[in-house]
Amino acid sequence: MDQNDINKLRGKTAVVGLAESGCGLASGWSAMEIMATAVHDALDDAGIKLKEVDGVFAATAFHSMAAMSLSEYLGVKPKFADGSQIGGSSFLSHILTAAMALDAGLINVAVVAYGSNQKSIGGFKTISEAMPYEAQYQPRMPVSAYALAAKRYMYEFGASREDLANVAIAARDWALLNPRAYTHHDGPLNVNDVLSARPIVDPLGKLDCCLVTDGGAAIVMTRSDRAKDTKKNPIYLLGAAMEHHHRMISEMPDLVRTSAIESGIRAFEMSGYTPEDMDTIQLYDAFTINTLLFLEDLGFCKKGEAAELIKNNNIGPSGSLKVNTNGGGLSCVHPGMYGLFVTLEALRQLRNASGDNVGQRLDGGWIDNAKLSVAHGNGGVLSSQVTNIWGVSDTL
Amino acid sequence: MPENLKGLVGPEQQFKDFLSDGKFMIQRCKSLNQFFFHPRVAFPGSGERDLEWVEASGNGVVYSSSCNRRLPEKGGDFNLSLITLEEGPRMMARVEGVDPDKVEIGQKVKARISSLNGEPAVIFDIV
Repeated sequence: MDQNDINKLRGKTAVVGLAESGCGLASGWSAMEIMATAVHDALDDAGIKLKEVDGVFAATAFHSMAAMSLSEYLGVKPKFADGSQIGGSSFLSHILTAAMALDAGLINVAVVAYGSNQKSIGGFKTISEAMPYEAQYQPRMPVSAYALAAKRYMYEFGASREDLANVAIAARDWALLNPRAYTHHDGPLNVNDVLSARPIVDPLGKLDCCLVTDGGAAIVMTRSDRAKDTKKNPIYLLGAAMEHHHRMISEMPDLVRTSAIESGIRAFEMSGYTPEDMDTIQLYDAFTINTLLFLEDLGFCKKGEAAELIKNNNIGPSGSLKVNTNGGGLSCVHPGMYGLFVTLEALRQLRNASGDNVGQRLDGGWIDNAKLSVAHGNGGVLSSQVTNIWGVSDTL
Repeated sequence: MPENLKGLVGPEQQFKDFLSDGKFMIQRCKSLNQFFFHPRVAFPGSGERDLEWVEASGNGVVYSSSCNRRLPEKGGDFNLSLITLEEGPRMMARVEGVDPDKVEIGQKVKARISSLNGEPAVIFDIV
């Protein structure tokens, strides 16, 4: 099969409904209740009835067989389901699988969903097993792994903790424009705030790490011919690709080069667009180092140049690159697995620019005339990398 | 023992048994003449199965390092590092003998077998 065959998926499917649910603190609600509410809200948003859903895609840290549990809860008998668990990027890979199943005619309406009540039941929730050859050294996963990458990045490229802090500062500035963001009322951050925050695993402090919140999300996908008849402007999947080469951080071949290099090249190639064409850039920022690595690996600058690129708040609301415009995992929401929220923000920006009402933001929070968004998901310890390219109808 | 499994125990248990005997052993693929870590049933990526155990020199270089902050009553701060072995492979380990936040990338280190939580473990010291 050559690349042209693979590229046949380009623009064949679209998101026609989306919702988030229980973001922040949802005391008294289970992960399933939060997730299922998001699914029903996303279907209402699309104007599609539950009984039309025949594809179910889900992963959580609460359900070993999430797609099956969700299907049962919804009362859906899917013709195709996928609960693949590759960490926080799972949903971006579910989107690729859903596009394949839709395009093949196996299913007609897919929901991709996530739900978590980790915060209200006590904090960060993971189902990761102890890693052989690592566990005895007691790494605090995942933060220890990202700290090792950050330290190596600083060593190789002369970057500083201030450079990392610039990522957190920009994310907070975006959150201040987004009433949905968990830190919307917390005020801006400065370099000293980030550097003096409680150290977690050097060189990462508390404000280099993502939030710990509750929250769920869901999207509804269908084939593009059907998408034209739904309530909102469809947002088309133009490109999608994934890659991973390790599960344990000790097996990562190069701590400053992720598989996003490969997933990005193939996703952009499928889409027919380049990084420069992207009006919004949504990156999985579980830690500040992520944003630097993914800006480089996805091709927004050369390797080692992201620290310079993001100076002067260049990825904040006043900057030239519109990165993590919801406030990101650092300042908007992070219920354990953030991938569907990266996706939601990519889609919301495009919907808003297409004229749909997707909520209020302060001036500058919505990107005018946004037509193309990249959503990039990361899972494990800089392990699984999945890139999705989304576009409005006139980008097809 | 199923006949396709060669040896009494798998490579992970063999590695641990070597450590219990005071030996830090890593695997080498004979046909490729390449070392690898962690232990496996075949060479990663290409699948060669002509493997042998070789005692590691114990010489390595710090590839990255972090100080994991922990409350004193829970044991205090500790070091977590990635070490590139002289033979080529990389592994997670702890560097001791200096403050946990004073381990620098590029420093030469030497392995010894110690114990962590009652289990034998490879620990490195600054050379």
